[in-house]
Amino acid sequence: MTQGIYKILSNRQLAKDTWEMVLGGDSSALTRPGQFINIAIEGLYLRRPISVCCYEEGSITIIYKVVGKGTKKMAAMVEGDKLDVLVGLGNGFDVEQARGRKVAVIGGGVGVPPMYDTARRLKRMGADVTAILGFATKDVSFYMEKFEALGIPVLVTTDDGTLGRKGFVTDALRESGCDYFLACGPTPMLRALHRTGIPGQLSFEERMGCGFGACMGCTCHTLVGTKRVCKDGPVFPTEEVTFE
Amino acid sequence: MKRLETSLSGITLQNPVIPASGTFGFGQEMAQFYDLNVLGGISLKGTTGAERFGNPTPRIAECREGLLNAVGLQNPGVDAVIAHELPAVRKLYNGVLLANISGFSVEEYVMVAEKFDRADEIDILEINISCPNVRHGGMAFGTDPGAAQEVTAAVKAVTHKPVYMKLSPNVTDIAAIARACEAGGADGITLINTLLGMVIDPRTGRPIVSTKMSGFSGPAIKPVALRMVYQAAQAVNIPIIGVGGISCADDVIEFMSAGASAVQVGAQNLVDPFACPKIIAELPGKLDEYGIANLKDIIGRSLTL
Repeated sequence: MTQGIYKILSNRQLAKDTWEMVLGGDSSALTRPGQFINIAIEGLYLRRPISVCCYEEGSITIIYKVVGKGTKKMAAMVEGDKLDVLVGLGNGFDVEQARGRKVAVIGGGVGVPPMYDTARRLKRMGADVTAILGFATKDVSFYMEKFEALGIPVLVTTDDGTLGRKGFVTDALRESGCDYFLACGPTPMLRALHRTGIPGQLSFEERMGCGFGACMGCTCHTLVGTKRVCKDGPVFPTEEVTFE
Repeated sequence: MKRLETSLSGITLQNPVIPASGTFGFGQEMAQFYDLNVLGGISLKGTTGAERFGNPTPRIAECREGLLNAVGLQNPGVDAVIAHELPAVRKLYNGVLLANISGFSVEEYVMVAEKFDRADEIDILEINISCPNVRHGGMAFGTDPGAAQEVTAAVKAVTHKPVYMKLSPNVTDIAAIARACEAGGADGITLINTLLGMVIDPRTGRPIVSTKMSGFSGPAIKPVALRMVYQAAQAVNIPIIGVGGISCADDVIEFMSAGASAVQVGAQNLVDPFACPKIIAELPGKLDEYGIANLKDIIGRSLTL
């Protein structure tokens, strides 16, 4: 975990209410895909936790959905603006667990971004990986071409059938024949994936105070005890997760 | 750096800045950002007799210049804290440690206090009679002078360590509560805990935090906290730890002027993990700027102005 001032290298709209921001600065505190950063925004008291889409030496890419005051302010920022950011938060996905398996990388809506770097790592490891991307509708879809450029099968589903197949990511998962998955998305999607009984890792979202484990604001129940989504998670293995 | 020194009931603090209970865990997370030994003291996460999960999420909401929380005293219970957390934090920190104790009955406060009394790692017992986020406990003891005095006296009877009562701002007469604690034998008081507040989603009309009402903290509450420290300082002769919305060295100077011997920094730790070391580093320059030789000299100076 580190704190630093990051310079915005680019900030562009990808789809309806969906933006991609590239931050220039130290990315060495990031060690796994699926970790997140926590951004201070002038005029707002709490930081905004945003998952990392991918990172290179000296830059971090995030994709965010404009849902409230904070993300609205972010969308108005331009190249050269500076942000105070906490980097390297959360545990991220353990891609090693997928080794030797036929693995699906599953993203739902704004849960798609962290799955990009996850898929990229798995591909580099030589894993048999399939991407399954679910969106509500075509207007809010993004990054399909980036996943395709990795040279992996990409299955797209939309709730209304305006893009890819009409249906849910769980249908695509069953048909893919994958025996393991890594997923990020809204809670109903995670719950449906958990019910398939296929083992994997789920990345959760929760309202956070600090983002680094000090305030106990984002605590959840698991089958192995009380966990903080921000520090012990946001990724939990399916065998530890309970939706009760 | 002696000019930042202060003391609480005969215990010297190298500076007055203490992270407030509930915003600092048991120190482990913050130690990943900086060396805890710069701190004047640490008030550890509120501890009860048994392990507590706390309230359902969402536990956190934002407002202008502040936040609301309803964590609900999540903690692993006093035995686990003594067995695991105290040795772990002592490996990282040599300064003054405050155990923060909560309970749902006088018996529970006494039981937890007795256990911490035997823990060598702990210097001061801070008794939280002001948690707004649990039913049938916490704040009920801090809003009635009789109950506050009873808890204070009961805890004092089982410990030789200094006992600081952490008070609720959700009262009409803070001076009466402070006097009741002093009458019960308290060695000092800490104030204020969070104000009972609320945030509603304007779109749906639904309260954002699961408990609907929750504890309001952050820079927005500072004037209220400062006023209450000022009132309490006029009511009692025991030391006061001032807390509520502190985010910079000027805030520390204001609270000490109002009568605080030390201060706690709460919400600000959550938005800036370096808040405490930044405030400590900023203090000497402020003393120079205002012509203050030693921080101790200004304690309560506003009371006669």
